[in-house]
Amino acid sequence: MLTATELMGAKAYDAQGHYVGKVREFFVEPAEQPNRVAHFLLARGSFQPLVARHDQVATIEAGKVELSVPERALGPYQPNEGWLAVTKDLLDQQIIDTSGRKVVRVNDLDLTEQRTNGNVELRIAQVDVGLPGAVRRLLQGIAPPRMIRGLQNRLPAKTIRWEFVNLVEPDPLRRLKLRITHEKLEDLHPADLADIVEELSPAERQGIIASLDEETAAAVLAELDARLTTQIVEKLDPGKAADILEEMAPDAAADVLGELSKETSEELLEEMPGQEANEVRELLEFDPATAGGMMNTDFVFVGDKSLRDEVVEWMREQDLNLDQLDTIVLLDGGAQFSGTVSVARLLLAEPGQSLSELKMEPLLNIQPNADEKDVFELFDKYNLRMLTVVDEDGRPLGVITVDDVVSKLLK
Amino acid sequence: MWSRESLEAMGERWTERVQSVRDAIRPFRRRIMLFLAVVGPGLIVSNVDNDAGGIYTYAQSGAKYGNAVLWSLIPMTIALYVSLEMCSRMGAFTGKGLSDLVREEFGFRVTFFLMAAVLFVNLGNVMAEFTGVFWASEAMGISRYISVPIAAILVWVLVVQGTAKAVERIFLAICVVYFAYVISAFLAKPDWLVALLHLLPPQLMQYVPTIKPYVEVPKFDAAYAVILAGLVGTTIAPWQHFFLQAAVVEKRVGPRQYSATRNDVLVGSISCMVIVFFIIVCTASTLHVKGILDVDNAGTAAIALRPLAGKFASLLFAVGLLNASLFAASILPLSTSYVVCEALGFESGIDRKFGEAKIFYALYTAIIFLGGFLVLALGKFANAILLWSQVLNGFLLPAVLIFVLILVNRKDLMGDQVNTRGFNWVAWISTVAMIVLTLIVAYTSIHDLFVHPSS
Repeated sequence: MLTATELMGAKAYDAQGHYVGKVREFFVEPAEQPNRVAHFLLARGSFQPLVARHDQVATIEAGKVELSVPERALGPYQPNEGWLAVTKDLLDQQIIDTSGRKVVRVNDLDLTEQRTNGNVELRIAQVDVGLPGAVRRLLQGIAPPRMIRGLQNRLPAKTIRWEFVNLVEPDPLRRLKLRITHEKLEDLHPADLADIVEELSPAERQGIIASLDEETAAAVLAELDARLTTQIVEKLDPGKAADILEEMAPDAAADVLGELSKETSEELLEEMPGQEANEVRELLEFDPATAGGMMNTDFVFVGDKSLRDEVVEWMREQDLNLDQLDTIVLLDGGAQFSGTVSVARLLLAEPGQSLSELKMEPLLNIQPNADEKDVFELFDKYNLRMLTVVDEDGRPLGVITVDDVVSKLLK
Repeated sequence: MWSRESLEAMGERWTERVQSVRDAIRPFRRRIMLFLAVVGPGLIVSNVDNDAGGIYTYAQSGAKYGNAVLWSLIPMTIALYVSLEMCSRMGAFTGKGLSDLVREEFGFRVTFFLMAAVLFVNLGNVMAEFTGVFWASEAMGISRYISVPIAAILVWVLVVQGTAKAVERIFLAICVVYFAYVISAFLAKPDWLVALLHLLPPQLMQYVPTIKPYVEVPKFDAAYAVILAGLVGTTIAPWQHFFLQAAVVEKRVGPRQYSATRNDVLVGSISCMVIVFFIIVCTASTLHVKGILDVDNAGTAAIALRPLAGKFASLLFAVGLLNASLFAASILPLSTSYVVCEALGFESGIDRKFGEAKIFYALYTAIIFLGGFLVLALGKFANAILLWSQVLNGFLLPAVLIFVLILVNRKDLMGDQVNTRGFNWVAWISTVAMIVLTLIVAYTSIHDLFVHPSS
């Protein structure tokens, strides 16, 4: 096992044993192979730096590299955006640890040697983010290598396997060239991903959100604080921003748009499909500090005469967000609010029971212009999980759920 | 008679009117909220600056040299603003803290030594804060062996409990105690014209014939250089740069909100210096004129407040000093351990549990309790701690400023927000001036050590 620090500055000799230069940098070429050290940059004094390819290396040990070819076989160095430079792009930079779900800074890299017909290839095995790497970086070249090894063996190791490392690169073109995808991030819980995104710099944040699929991006944005969300949405390409907003719940989308300037929010609404845009527009009309400003127009309603089985059957066919659904709104013949039924009651009811028999008592609803404090009081007093907002004619406009209340209270 | 209908109609009209007023002020409210959300770090960072070490250094320089040090305030204000503005700009445009940027651009080893220096110098600052506590408590007749440990535990608990933010505001509010110096300065009836005149360099003013008789020209010797270095060190402290940039990042100030932050820094720098001006004038006109040239304990320093508070002067002084010390002591250890851990890649943050961020909490605890312990152990040398902690700041500052200047001029980090040429000139001149000053202090103190080993 070698480390990047031990390799950096190593003296390189060619096949005849002539000194070629010192290893100044080495590169991974992700387009070819995700973890192989593909190129070594060798520099000697003021001579033009040379590049040795992985198949030109015979042996590698700490402080010494032997090539399998003569010096003239090496090519000159030309910067390449598709090469991942270990010192410049990895050491000391922040990466995302997808297994530990956090942002960490790279102290060192652990490399493994692989012998293939006469050559030695180095592969990045893991990233060192703990004390051993730090000590090595500090003492390399100052203290004798044996002492460093002895010291670091006594320190607790903290490493991340290379498969779990997600690089952070704000430039989209470079990201493409380096084959950086954020598929692994999409598997994380949006709340965890939001925590990660918060720790990064604005440019990196932007890069990650822009490259996530719309559904994940929407879920992450909903978890971020309002100012960050605004900053991110403002800088996104309008088409992409509209796609993300469309995936969000209308009330969350309205919250985001409400923070943007009039022109930007109008531009984004234009980009959104008609029905979604209209829902959001209606919500934008309400003061954020009222019941209307807190409500969500996306809710489940059924007629109060329907029977338990009919409703369950109907629900099976709909594409509902089942993790969040716990209360259903009932409408009477005149499309007016008639009550609410909790999903648990529905579950335990007799197949033929009519929903109006399952109504929650007391019958509660609120007008959209009611102050948010009234909303908080109702939730507190009746231990609500959901409250229906109705217009003057008693027609339901939307619902406020307990998570809307919690996020409002936390502000 | 009032009918029910007319009453209801009136009520409705009234509600409508209230609503229309509300609608009218909403955009303003939002703008003010935005401003308040961004403003703060600059003001806090400059005010924490007038801490125990600061008050002591100002009082000492006013007592020793009277008006003759006032000329340094204007260049110092400029240097303070210029150096802080660069950091806030870096925070707003890169979204990264100063220590993060140093780490990413200069590598681990450089960062390690810089952080070691920051840790050492800030430990000195924390000691200065506890010395302030100890002076203040002795002035109120409480033994330092009681007050310093209580202060250390109080600060530790407040921050770990997470109530620090609220307490910060209280401290900031009590900072009005500084106005005691302003009032006291007025009551001491100094010659304001002469004081203002000394804001211009006396070294030059003495050549203007009509002004010459009023000008006190300081003798530029070792002691004067130490005082100057101390003044610079206490007003422009290295930790401020780290703190400010981190706060700008944490407040999510972006390019759009940046102008508000810049104003915040400007107001902070100027207000800090105005207070310094009054403290120096106050001590100059109460101590210096009476021939008290050395402030060696809280009693002497409190004399400066007699014109205002009479026999309560020492109490007033003690309260002000205690507040300033606790304010700084609650910010410094936290920001130090935060910056060090971030730069070296240890888990950090008060929101983390102890087990997750052991090094962070260990460092934080060590700074507070070691600082307190050393102050108790070295109680005899309290005034040396106060002055030298500020001088150490002056030693570290040029190094920090050089990093800041290199980073802020990097096009790949800052884009078109790199320094303008004029800005660079001012920044480099202040940096070089500080290096020269530090070298003079280092030379003279080593010289003194060998020539008069007894002192």
